[in-house]
Amino acid sequence: MSESIQLVPVSITVNGKLYQQEIEPRLLLVEFIRETIGLTGTHIGCDTSYCGACTIIVDGDPVKSCTLLAVQVDGSEVLTVEGLEQDGELHPLQQAFSQNHGLQCGYCTPGMLMSSLALLAENPDPDIKDIRKRLAGNVCRCTGYQNIIKSVQAAAKNLRED
Amino acid sequence: MYPAPFRYYRPDSIENAIQLLSELGEGAKPLAGGQSLIPVLKLRMDEPTDLIDIGRLPGLRHINNENEIIRIGALATHAHIGKAGVISHIPIVTDCANGIADAQVRSRGTIGGSISTADPSCDWPALLHTLDAEVICNGPNGKRTINIRDFILDSYTTALGDAELVTEISFKTPQKLSGGSYIVFKKAAPAYPTVSAGIQITLAEEDICKDVRLVLSAAGPRPVTSDEAEAVLRGNKLTNDNLEKAAEAIIAASDPTPDSRGSASFKRSMLHSLFIKAANIAISRARGNNIIGAHEYV
Repeated sequence: MSESIQLVPVSITVNGKLYQQEIEPRLLLVEFIRETIGLTGTHIGCDTSYCGACTIIVDGDPVKSCTLLAVQVDGSEVLTVEGLEQDGELHPLQQAFSQNHGLQCGYCTPGMLMSSLALLAENPDPDIKDIRKRLAGNVCRCTGYQNIIKSVQAAAKNLRED
Repeated sequence: MYPAPFRYYRPDSIENAIQLLSELGEGAKPLAGGQSLIPVLKLRMDEPTDLIDIGRLPGLRHINNENEIIRIGALATHAHIGKAGVISHIPIVTDCANGIADAQVRSRGTIGGSISTADPSCDWPALLHTLDAEVICNGPNGKRTINIRDFILDSYTTALGDAELVTEISFKTPQKLSGGSYIVFKKAAPAYPTVSAGIQITLAEEDICKDVRLVLSAAGPRPVTSDEAEAVLRGNKLTNDNLEKAAEAIIAASDPTPDSRGSASFKRSMLHSLFIKAANIAISRARGNNIIGAHEYV
């Protein structure tokens, strides 16, 4: 290991905005999002790839941003919870979580929303089993999951009817 | 948690990656999807001096059927494999791919990374034993092909030489009257498996076993196989009695480690029930039934 710290240039598009930065290669993607560009909607829960609070979408796929290096997504398109709202209006998933009591403390919610978004992109009419399976990598310690599942189903219905 | 500092390289070809790994020596590590390596780096259980990011190398993501040989590029993700049309008729593979960890990990984790890590509880190293898979590697001395049985040597230990990388996994499409099942028991989707059992069976006729491959995972330092257990079934009637004898023989060859996921006796009991369940699903599938059965978590 040489004494000097290596900095690597990256271009990462987050919620439609291009960020060009020089970063240390060991910088985790979640830290890039929260600390480097200041979008703190993405949460760090367990920091061990278990809880899913840090889930975001990279090039269409849900990922745990605590278990990716920012340099690994150089050139990619990232979507975080801040990118869901459009022109001051909440995304149908956010509305459904709000209306169906899909959260209590809200810590896991950004991850739940992003995992649900990836699910609905692939399957617009998931049954309870599909939802449980696709949200199995997201832990919630408040709701008991029932209202989260209800929220995803309500959002799916609204999106299908739009 | 931050990994310790390392230098980062992103070569544009497999040849350049191999050359970099050779030049930089044993402190250098390849990074594919990172779903095993990054947690290790964050816990500082390993502190490589250099990371060679092979995650976006071209030509290593294919999933093809060439004359009834399935060829999977080392960088194909679990999610891609789980959804691949050319594999959808081999349920033991799609069950495994779609059950690994959770959707987020499956987006990034790769089959090549999984077998190169050789974690004794991970699914691909064991599953590929049921299909007699071949591992195609490329290194400073060129290409070579290693059977999965000779590739996984021990816990976290493979036959890969210095600066050698897995590039492809291949196996024959199971023939007619063949069915398989691979079932994992784990405490939650993102948790590591407690124990797993897999079986691929080919029938001679309704109730006679023509050929069979059995494997247990998270049941010892490497996937557990047993020629003795396979011999109990091969050429014989698939009675409950014979399945019990095969289960006994392969579990006798296992050596599950007691840990936070369970005692050795609990794991042996789980292995027994998973083995019988997987065997019955595999037999039913071999008879042409469409049975759902995959990873289980409570």
